[in-house]
Amino acid sequence: MITVENLHKSFGSEHILKGLTTTFDKGKTNLIIGQSGSGKTVFLKCLLGLFEAEEGRIIYKDKAIQDMTDDEKRNLREDMGMVFQGGALFDSMTVEENVMFPLRMFSKFAREEMLDRVNEVLTRVNLENVNSKYPSEISGGMQKRVAIARAIVNNPQYLFCDEPNSGLDPRTAILIDNLIQEITQEYDITTVINTHDMNSVMEIGEKIVFLYKGNLAWQGTNKEIFKTDNKEVTDFVYSSNLFKKIREIQLDEG
Amino acid sequence: MKYLGDIGSYFIMLRTVFSRPTKSSVLRELILKEVDELVINSLGIVAFISFFVGSVVAIQTALNIDNPLIPDYLVGFATRQSIILEFAPTFISIIMAGKMGSFITSSIGSMRVTEQIDALEVMGINSLNYLVFPKIIALLFYPFVIAIAMFLGILGGWVAGVYGDFSTSEAFIRGLQEDFKPFHVFYAFVKTLVFAFILATVPSWQGYFMKGGALEVGKASTNSFVWTSVLIILTNFIVTSLLLS
Repeated sequence: MITVENLHKSFGSEHILKGLTTTFDKGKTNLIIGQSGSGKTVFLKCLLGLFEAEEGRIIYKDKAIQDMTDDEKRNLREDMGMVFQGGALFDSMTVEENVMFPLRMFSKFAREEMLDRVNEVLTRVNLENVNSKYPSEISGGMQKRVAIARAIVNNPQYLFCDEPNSGLDPRTAILIDNLIQEITQEYDITTVINTHDMNSVMEIGEKIVFLYKGNLAWQGTNKEIFKTDNKEVTDFVYSSNLFKKIREIQLDEG
Repeated sequence: MKYLGDIGSYFIMLRTVFSRPTKSSVLRELILKEVDELVINSLGIVAFISFFVGSVVAIQTALNIDNPLIPDYLVGFATRQSIILEFAPTFISIIMAGKMGSFITSSIGSMRVTEQIDALEVMGINSLNYLVFPKIIALLFYPFVIAIAMFLGILGGWVAGVYGDFSTSEAFIRGLQEDFKPFHVFYAFVKTLVFAFILATVPSWQGYFMKGGALEVGKASTNSFVWTSVLIILTNFIVTSLLLS
């Protein structure tokens, strides 16, 4: 579980995050949603420790990241896996080398053991026979799967995903969403996903945190989001014609 | 003020580069890869340029000394002095600021744009040590490149001088041996090592701290060449003043 208390973050005179307080639950897919510019990415980068917040606390394992020593932060990061928006796979490495990278950096396994683990996670994300290919030689959906495999290869306790299905076709996007949810439940980890995709909200939004202009405007589940009267949330959810139509049908049916 | 900030960020980068080292087994591989990419891959262009510039130095010297009072071994002497003192260490380093420097800046800059550097940081890896330290170590081999440039430059001068009928082989070789000071070679390698450090760190700094997208990677590569060349020229002046004045 991750607890966030009164988090503030500014860049110069621009106040981006304005006192966010929430929790991200273990074994659940937690979604941070909101329009572009609402502060989602900054929030995620604060959770990862890439940005330092001016005020507030982010608590992992009963200790705030702000109070941790450099060694404690380093140990915490070894427990984190991250799937970046573009995958952030290392271009100069093959798929196998990319997935093996965290093991080579932090484990003392022999090469054969590492290879077994790499093949195990690649199979888990439904990728086979791509070990020797370079990221540029595989599709966007495959790159996302490799990024997920790299993020989970070290058995992390926290998985962060920045818009994991952006740039993917709807079918592949749903497969990636489902894969992340399955992995979260299977490994019993805390997953935080940054997205503005309503399909993801419907599919895997077990806990949703809605940001609006740097404020936490609403939080709840994917079932509750369609019942809320919060204006910012309804403007966001029903901005697409499809969901607007569903809403109209729901209202017609009472 | 902006330049002061830039200089400050360069030195802060250097401090981080030498802290929290990467796992030794991984570092070993990275160093070998950098030696291949930065040193071995530069040999072809260095050999080509050195040979022909050495030839031109010899021809131009010969053409400009038609006075019978000037000894005929001067062609070899002038070629040796020009190549060892300036052409090989300084001129080749400025060419390498373009070739090697733009490669370093664009590769690190692309990693910044595609969030690969963020990925390293999230994993708890000191990305500056991982990316820059192996380049500094690899470029400790840079004096070997300059030694090859010296040899091929002088060889080019000899070939052009002798086969172009500007000098005899005996006179050219006598010129090479005339008043030879081993300290000049030491001086050349001292400044080569200083240039190697600049070549490894300045382009890395430009790539690491760049912001934006593909266009900015291009701009960072250009800035990298300008900063590296300026620093090479300035340190050349300082080292020369300290060692030869």
